[in-house]
Amino acid sequence: MSKFYTEDHEYAFIDGDIATIGVSHHAQDQLGDVVFVELPEKGTTFEKGDEIAVVESVKAASEVYTAVAGEVIEVNSLLEDAPETVNAGAETVGWFIKIKMSNTADTEGLLDETAYQTHIAD
Amino acid sequence: MNKPTNKMNNVGRPSAPNITETHTDHPTFTGNKALQINEPLLFEVGSVEQTGVDIAAPRDVSANRLGGLDRDEEIGLYGLSEPQTMRHYVRLSQKNFAIDSGMYPLGSCTMKHNPRINEKIARLPGLADIHPLQPQQTVRGAIEVIENLADWLMKLTGMAAVAMSPKAGAHGELCGMMAIEAALRARGEATKRTKVLIPESAHGTNPATAVFVGYQVQTIKTRDDGTVDPATIREALSDEVAAIMLTNPNTCGLFERDIMEIADAVHEAGAYFYCDGANFNAIMGRARPGDLGVDAMHINLHKTFSTPHGGGGPGAGPVVLSEALAKFAPVPFVHRNADDNIVSLVEHKQGTQAFGRMTAFHGQMGMNTRALAYILSHGQDGIKQAAEDAVLNANYVKAKLKDVLTPSFEEQSPGFKRPAMHEALFQDDFLKDTGITTLDFAKAMIDEGFHPMTMYFPLVVHGAMLIEPTESESKDTLDQFIATMRDLAKSAQNGETERFLNAPFHAPMRRLDETLAARKPILKWTPNAD
Amino acid sequence: MRYLPHSPTDRKEMLDAIGVSSIDDLFAEIPAAVRVENGFGLPNHATELEVDRFFRKQSDKNLAASAAAFFVGGGAYRHHVPATVDHLIQRSEFLTAYTPYQPEISQGTLQTLFEFQTQVAQLYDMEVANASMYDGSTGTGEAVLMAHRATKRKKAIISGGVHPQYIEVIENLSDFGEKSVLKMPANVEVLGHAEIAQIIELLDNETSCVVVQTPNFFGELADFTALADAVHAVKALLIVVVTEVVSLGAVKAPGTMGADIVVGEGQSIGVGLNFGGPYVGLFATTKKLLRQMPGRVCGETVDADGKRGFVLTMSTREQHIRREKATSNICTNAGLCTLAFTIHMTLLGEKGLRKMAMASHNGAVILAERLSKITDVDLLTTSFFNEFTIRLNGHNANDIVNALAAQNILAGLPVSRLLPHNQSDDLLVIAVTETNSDEDFDLLETALREALS
Repeated sequence: MSKFYTEDHEYAFIDGDIATIGVSHHAQDQLGDVVFVELPEKGTTFEKGDEIAVVESVKAASEVYTAVAGEVIEVNSLLEDAPETVNAGAETVGWFIKIKMSNTADTEGLLDETAYQTHIAD
Repeated sequence: MNKPTNKMNNVGRPSAPNITETHTDHPTFTGNKALQINEPLLFEVGSVEQTGVDIAAPRDVSANRLGGLDRDEEIGLYGLSEPQTMRHYVRLSQKNFAIDSGMYPLGSCTMKHNPRINEKIARLPGLADIHPLQPQQTVRGAIEVIENLADWLMKLTGMAAVAMSPKAGAHGELCGMMAIEAALRARGEATKRTKVLIPESAHGTNPATAVFVGYQVQTIKTRDDGTVDPATIREALSDEVAAIMLTNPNTCGLFERDIMEIADAVHEAGAYFYCDGANFNAIMGRARPGDLGVDAMHINLHKTFSTPHGGGGPGAGPVVLSEALAKFAPVPFVHRNADDNIVSLVEHKQGTQAFGRMTAFHGQMGMNTRALAYILSHGQDGIKQAAEDAVLNANYVKAKLKDVLTPSFEEQSPGFKRPAMHEALFQDDFLKDTGITTLDFAKAMIDEGFHPMTMYFPLVVHGAMLIEPTESESKDTLDQFIATMRDLAKSAQNGETERFLNAPFHAPMRRLDETLAARKPILKWTPNAD
Repeated sequence: MRYLPHSPTDRKEMLDAIGVSSIDDLFAEIPAAVRVENGFGLPNHATELEVDRFFRKQSDKNLAASAAAFFVGGGAYRHHVPATVDHLIQRSEFLTAYTPYQPEISQGTLQTLFEFQTQVAQLYDMEVANASMYDGSTGTGEAVLMAHRATKRKKAIISGGVHPQYIEVIENLSDFGEKSVLKMPANVEVLGHAEIAQIIELLDNETSCVVVQTPNFFGELADFTALADAVHAVKALLIVVVTEVVSLGAVKAPGTMGADIVVGEGQSIGVGLNFGGPYVGLFATTKKLLRQMPGRVCGETVDADGKRGFVLTMSTREQHIRREKATSNICTNAGLCTLAFTIHMTLLGEKGLRKMAMASHNGAVILAERLSKITDVDLLTTSFFNEFTIRLNGHNANDIVNALAAQNILAGLPVSRLLPHNQSDDLLVIAVTETNSDEDFDLLETALREALS
């Protein structure tokens, strides 16, 4: 599995042509206690850069965009009743959706883990 | 000594505090604290059997005419007898902070004194107990009140017309932007002009309103001194821009000093100037928005003209309109017939250029009466004096606190000597490295008996604290407030975090868990809930 | 000036502390060209007595409902509001507080909002209610926009039985948001179940919502259960409007009939006529649609000591956080009117509301029967709560109402007042509440009989 990030703190973890999408540990920390995540329905298709979700804390809300194009094949149902899962493990149990990528070249231009760590340290 | 037959009380009682007793803060059995009494929900003290009204028995009929739609199941409404109702809501009221009980310097909300003559006249039967659709000849006195208030608002703002029906500030914004869109349609430019320019310091209602009317929002950066640069506006203007929405004085409490240049640029580009009038209190009687180039501006009667805030409304948001927009004002509007000098309400848009209707009926009459009573009480001299005192108070607070709190826009512009208007804006730099946030600081103010200022707004400064004392506060109260704020700031800087991090300690409740409320919303009482 | 605390000495000391020599220095930012130096040609301040006299004079020019035999409805109703309500809402702590931004010192307002939301949900038989809208008409406009958001469609079908001014509000909002509105004719003869059948025919996959009203503008009641099923079959939403909330003490609730959004006017309870405002908009929906709901919401939580308390919640839907992506631009709503509503409803309780409802209904049944016996009067409404429509054959209802007003009888609402182009000049809508006496009935019947003869 290879890990990619956007400058806006979304991640796409790639395993073959399947991308797991979510927000970074740093992003959940900035948002504070997550109280709600609005997710798309299974079967929806997205272009790279489309808004796929909204993540909300008590006093803030953020749109989440996908770094890769494709069809949603799985939605993290845990988040519906337990949005705090995002705080508990943003990059593990708190993932948002899985996308079957329509173009594996979409990862070009994304940050790798080291580059992302440098980006947020700035 | 008295003889035993004498009726005089000869048994003494303790009549001074026992000073040897050490104070212990033991919990009470009830959980109550003297005047602060826990009050359960209505549904925990009342029942579906109880009622606090006596209503005459319904007349006898042979059969009802509900068409078989009778409500057979219990609704589940709980009632209380009259004395229980009184006690329930009086006890609840005692858990509220209010202007009548203390200083409420909530920035951009203009929490000024609410005179009670306004309440009295608003309840006169000929003004309160009249129906919006009874024949107009039976309500001319009420229509004249609307006309009279409209006249004051137009003269104080130097504008050509005023739409009196909007129900609150945000509703007024909507009305103003609709008038602008209507004017663009009349010019045949509505499909082309799709953008609205809004500074980043604006109140959230501005972008929400623009989108409501179908516009795209283009956010405008403010310059380092907290105001809008006309050069930035000129750059953003094009034949795709419908309007700018600008607050003046702005949400940083500053007068937009280049406002006339901005207005000219906007008009040259064929766009309109919407002014958010939330802060009109600072300049009323000293400047007229119409002279500044404004095309539309709402006036929050519950801020500037003192109709009670009522725990969040009702408000009223009349919108003054320039000559260019006047004819597009929505129905209803007051018309005085030139022939017989009789006033009436025009209720239908047919035959006019009105863009439509904002609400059923004629708007917030109950707020109109109160606002007009406030205005007549002040007169033009009092209104000017009120604005001056509001600005004086804000600048006094700023001057007395700027060495201990961090005033915004001073560091960015060294030697920055411009006055605040009716609000003083600070940011949280003075709390740096204390571990204390603006929120903690505000909660400690509650313990000291003050309502906190507006926090974290405007968004353009970090950890914003927006203080609006209003003209209603005396110098003594301001001095107490200033002394308290200084004490708190020093305490924070001295590392006395205890006072802040878990504050408030002395309010009816401790800090509430807003995360829990949002994650697992419980929005109503349910029988037999856990 | 009695409202301003500063003495000239105070002002001088404060200017000194600021470091300026005169108040004008603080207004120096206002361009010199536009400073107002010599007033506006308006009067100077007035004494309290003068203000009182002015308004008494204005008040005395009007015919108050309490001074007349009163039968006007059409979305605003005269009910008796107990004195306790007006006393309690004038408590300083309720009257002069603002939106409960600091929950630790606002539990009074917050707990009453929680009670209000519960009462509204109970009355409408819905899962969740918000903390109020401005009034019924603006709430209805927002309900349509909410349905558009939730369904991602743009077409609303509006029953001809919805209050004409509510329809104007919907049309206005739709006009500026480029949404489409399909308006059914306001024909009193086909409203009710006949119209429902027509609406069902018109449903399609572009329909976002159907808006109906009960009792409708002409007073007629209808069962919307079948309509709800048909609306849901095309994945649209049913919005039910209730302008007379007291009807819910007698008539089956919209929620029971399958409504997705119920919205209405709460003025009848606690608020009074006020010449049209301020009123209080009631708004309720299902849990499923909660996140699309406009307006403020109060929710239960606990404080640091584990004690139950209340806060404003789910504010990420609102303008101050979501800005241009908010569900609505609403901010200040109807605070004090929600309090009046809640206190009055608490005084009534289930028993009081049901009695008030039946007193209003039975009065209307009796008056309708009496009036329908007059020559030239036809009763057009078959099932109704407290409001019914009569046709004054060959007579202009507006003229009749004006003639009776001169005798201190406010006989009702001529349909032509709201629908001037509807060829309905002879229609009169009459409302009855528990406040109408037998003497009122006698006065109206006699005067109407004379006017029509």
